[in-house]
Amino acid sequence: MTSPQTTPRLDIRDLSVTVQTDEGEAKILDRASLMLMPGSIHGLVGESGCGKSTLMRAVLGILPKRGRASQGEILLDGRDLLKTSATELQSEVRGGQIGFIPQDPYQAFNPVFKVGTQLLETMRGKPAAQRDANIMSLLRSVQLPDPEHALDRYPHQFSGGQRQRLLIAAALVSTPSVVLADEPTTALDVTTQAQILKLLRGLAEARGLSMLFVTHDFGVVAQLCDTVTVMYAGQTVESGPVRQILTAPLHPYTRMLLACHPDRGTALAGIPGSVSSPLRPPSGCRFHPRCPSARPDCSAAVPPVTEPGDRHSVRCVLHAMGVAA
Amino acid sequence: MARFVLHRLVLTIPALFGLLVLTFIMLRVVPNDPSAALAGENATPEQIAEVRRAYGFDQPLWKQFVIYVGQVGTGNLGNSIISNRPVLRDIADRLPATMELTFVSLLFATVVGIPIGAIAAVWYQSLFDHAVRVLTVAGLAIASFWFAIILQMIFAMELDWLPLRGRFPEGLAPPYHLTGLYFVDSLLTLRFDLFGRAAEYILMPAFTLSLAGLASIARFTRAGVLETLQKEFVHYAEAAGYRRLRIIWVYVLRNSVVGATTQIGLLFGGLISSAVAVEAIFDWPGVGSYAVNAILSSDYKAVLAITLVVGLIYALVNIMVDVVHAWLDPRVAEKL
Amino acid sequence: MLILKKFLRDVPAVLGFGIIVALCLIALLSPLIISDLERIYDGDLAARLQPPSLEFWFGTDSLGRDVFARVIVGSRGALQVALSVVALAIGIGVPAGLYAGYTNGWGSQLVMRLTDVFLAVPQLILALSVAQLIGRGLGSAMAALALTYWPFFCRTVYGEVRRLRNALFIEAQQCLGASTPRILFVHVLPNVASAVIVRATIGMGFTIMTTAVLGFLGVGATPPNPDWGLAVAEGRDYLPQSWWTVAFPGLGIFITVLGFNLFGDGLRDLVDPRLRRSR
Repeated sequence: MTSPQTTPRLDIRDLSVTVQTDEGEAKILDRASLMLMPGSIHGLVGESGCGKSTLMRAVLGILPKRGRASQGEILLDGRDLLKTSATELQSEVRGGQIGFIPQDPYQAFNPVFKVGTQLLETMRGKPAAQRDANIMSLLRSVQLPDPEHALDRYPHQFSGGQRQRLLIAAALVSTPSVVLADEPTTALDVTTQAQILKLLRGLAEARGLSMLFVTHDFGVVAQLCDTVTVMYAGQTVESGPVRQILTAPLHPYTRMLLACHPDRGTALAGIPGSVSSPLRPPSGCRFHPRCPSARPDCSAAVPPVTEPGDRHSVRCVLHAMGVAA
Repeated sequence: MARFVLHRLVLTIPALFGLLVLTFIMLRVVPNDPSAALAGENATPEQIAEVRRAYGFDQPLWKQFVIYVGQVGTGNLGNSIISNRPVLRDIADRLPATMELTFVSLLFATVVGIPIGAIAAVWYQSLFDHAVRVLTVAGLAIASFWFAIILQMIFAMELDWLPLRGRFPEGLAPPYHLTGLYFVDSLLTLRFDLFGRAAEYILMPAFTLSLAGLASIARFTRAGVLETLQKEFVHYAEAAGYRRLRIIWVYVLRNSVVGATTQIGLLFGGLISSAVAVEAIFDWPGVGSYAVNAILSSDYKAVLAITLVVGLIYALVNIMVDVVHAWLDPRVAEKL
Repeated sequence: MLILKKFLRDVPAVLGFGIIVALCLIALLSPLIISDLERIYDGDLAARLQPPSLEFWFGTDSLGRDVFARVIVGSRGALQVALSVVALAIGIGVPAGLYAGYTNGWGSQLVMRLTDVFLAVPQLILALSVAQLIGRGLGSAMAALALTYWPFFCRTVYGEVRRLRNALFIEAQQCLGASTPRILFVHVLPNVASAVIVRATIGMGFTIMTTAVLGFLGVGATPPNPDWGLAVAEGRDYLPQSWWTVAFPGLGIFITVLGFNLFGDGLRDLVDPRLRRSR
C-alpha cells in the first residue's frame, strides 16, 4: 500500500521474462516484483543465475534479442518502461533518468578511448559549460585524486578502485533520479570495497538518489541497504527492511541464505540441491524441491504475496494463511 | 612514442642485415666464378686472374661481403643486363607507377572492405552476412592473374569500355612529372582531363589487385567486430545509454580496426606479390613487370636488387603499421 | 564424437572437405577417367581451338589438346606439388620451431632471426629470387616455395611450444624426471599437431595458388606440363574467341583453392577458437 507521498520511484509488478534458446524457452523471471522508494537504497539479493541481471536489463530496456517480457509492468515514476519506445529508452531513460554502475571496472571501459570521452558520452548534445562544471565537481565528490587531468587519461592508467569511482561518476553525470548498481564491488579487494560502499551511501544521501543495489552478498546488503528483496530462480520471495529481514527472516530460502553467510553461521552451512534450470522450472514456488518445509500446495501454484510485517512481504505458503513456520 | 619507433627500427635491423647476407650468398652462387665470365670467352688464365684481382674476387668472402654492403649502401646495385643502366635507377623510375597502383588498390579495399565487414558482423547470420562470408572466401580463391585476364577479355576485348593495357594512352603526354604519380601530378597541374585518362587506365588493374585485399579486410573486420561486440565494455555502453550507432561506428569499430592493423602489414606483402603478375598482364610500367622481365632474361642483378628494395619497403611499411597501431591503442607503446 | 558433430554443422567446412576428397579421387583415378593420356601431350592440330562440345567437354587448346583432360591431369600435378612443398616446409619448420620454442639460448634466437629474414620479403618475390638462382622449372619452384613457407610453420610451432612450456603439466613431467626429447615428442608435439595441421591445410591452398602464378609467369612448370597457371598463359593469346582455354584451368585453381580454404577455416574454428579469424 502506498500513499501519494510515498509513490515508489521504481515499481516492478509481476514481471515475467522469457528468453528463446536453442534448447527451448527459458522462463528467467516469474512474476518478479520489487519497489524502490524515493531516497532509499534497496538491495536485490540472490545467487548467481537467479535472474538479477535479467531484471536489471529489463528495467533498462536492453533484454537480449531473443528475450521479451511476457507479462508485468515496470513503472518509473508512473511511466511503464515496457511500453516505452526504444528511442526514448536510449535517449531519456538510460544515461538520463537511470544511471548504471557496472560490475567489473577492469572490463567496463573501452581501453582505446580516453576516460573523459566515455564519461561524457551521455552528455553529447548538451551545452558545454553545464557539462564541464558538472563533471569536475562530480569527480571531486567521488574522491578521485587529481581530477583535472583524469579526463585526458586512459583507463589502464587507473587502479581498479579509481576506475570504479570513475564509473560511479559516469552514472551520475546525467543527474539521474534512479541508479542501478550491478554488484559494483565484487571485483575489488575488501578494503576498497568498504570505501566504495561508504562513498555510495554518502552520494545517495547527498543527492537524494534512489538506488537499486544488486548483489549476491548479504553482508554488503547489511552494510549499505535500507530495504532488500530476496530472489530465487526468477521469483522474488521476500522483501522488507534490512533490519527486519536480518533478524526475523520469514522465507525458508532467506533463512538458509543467511545461515550460509560466514559471518552468520557457526558451522559452514550450505543449501542442499542445486538451482533449477529456467528451461524446466519447478511448478509453483520454485524453491520447493530444496525447501525443508515444503508442502503439497507449494508446487500446486505460485503462492500469493502476503505482508505479515510492516512493509515486510513474503511469497510463501507458510505465511499465506498466517501459519507460523 | 619516439622510443617505440626507435625500438621498432632497431628490431628490423637484424632482419635486413640477414637479407643482405642472403642476397650476397645468392649473388656469389650465380655464377660460381664470375671472373671467367667477365674476362670473356678466350681469356687466358692470366687475364682471368687479372679480372679476379680487379674485381676483388680473390679476397676472402667476408671482405667481399663488406664491399658488397658498402656498394648497397651507396646505391650501387649493379647494372641491368637488359637496359645497361644502373638497376637502382631502373627501379626508381618505375617505383611511382607501382606505388600508385598499390595505393589505389589498398584505398579501395579499405574503404569498401571495412564497412562491409562491420555491417556483416552487426547483422550477424543475416542474408547479407552469409553473402559476405561466401564472397570473401571466394574472393581469396580467385587467382588474380586469371581474374585480370577475364576482366580484360570482357571489358577491353568484348565491350571495349576500358583500355586493354598500359598506364596512359600512347601518344598522349602524361602529366608533368612532379611526383611521378599521375593522379597527384594531374591535379597539381590542374589537368583534369589527364586525371580522367589515368583513372581509365588504372581501373582494371587496381580492381584486380584490390580483390584479395578487399576480401581479406572484410573478413578480419567482421571477425574483429564480432569479437568486440562480445566485450564487456559494449554491454556497459549500452546499459549506460550510449547511442547505438555511436557504439558500433565509433567505439566498436575503432577497437576492431586496432586489432586488425597488424593484418594490414601482411596484406601489403600480399599486394606486392600480386602486383607482379597484375603488372605483367596489364603492361603496367612498374617494378612488378620489371621483375618479370628480369627473371625471364636471367637479369640476376636486377632480381636481387628488387628483392632488397622490396624487402626494405616492406619493412618500412610494417614499422609504419606498428606505429599507427601504437597511436590507436596507447597500451601497445607502454608495453615496451 | 562431439567434434565430428560440431564439424558437420559447419556447412562451408564440410563443402571444402567434400571438394578436397573429390579432388583427391579425381587425381588418383585420372588414368581411369582419361582413357587416352596421350591426348594431353599430343594434340590433333586439325581439331585445334574447338569450343566445348560433347566430344571435348572443355574444348581444345591451340595445339588441339583436350582441355578437359589437361585440367584433370593438372589437378594431379597441383596436389603433388602442394603436398611436396608443404611436407618439406613442415620438415624444416616444425623441428626448427620445436627447438626454438623449447630452448632459450642463442640457438633459439638465431632460428627466429632466420625466420625474420625469410619473412622480410613477400613470398612471391623471394620465390622468384630463389627460382632464378636454381634455374627455372618446376623443381626449383617447389624448392623456392618450401623455403618461403617453412617460417610460417616455425612460427606457429614456436608460439604453441612457448605457450605450453609454461603449462603446469610440462613442469610436472620435468619433476618426474622425463627427458627433454621424451617431453617434446610425447607431450608437446600432440598439442602442437593441431595447429600444424590447420596451417598445413591453409598452406596447401596457398601453395597451389602460388605455383599457378609461377607457372603463369613462366618460372614454374614448363610445357608440355598441363599446369593450370601455364595453361592460362598459353591460352591467353587466343582470347576472346577461345575463352575456354583460359576459363577452365582458372576454374580448376579456383575450386581447388576454395576447397582448401573452406576446410582450413573449418578446422581452425574447430581446433582453437582462439585462432579464429572469422567464424
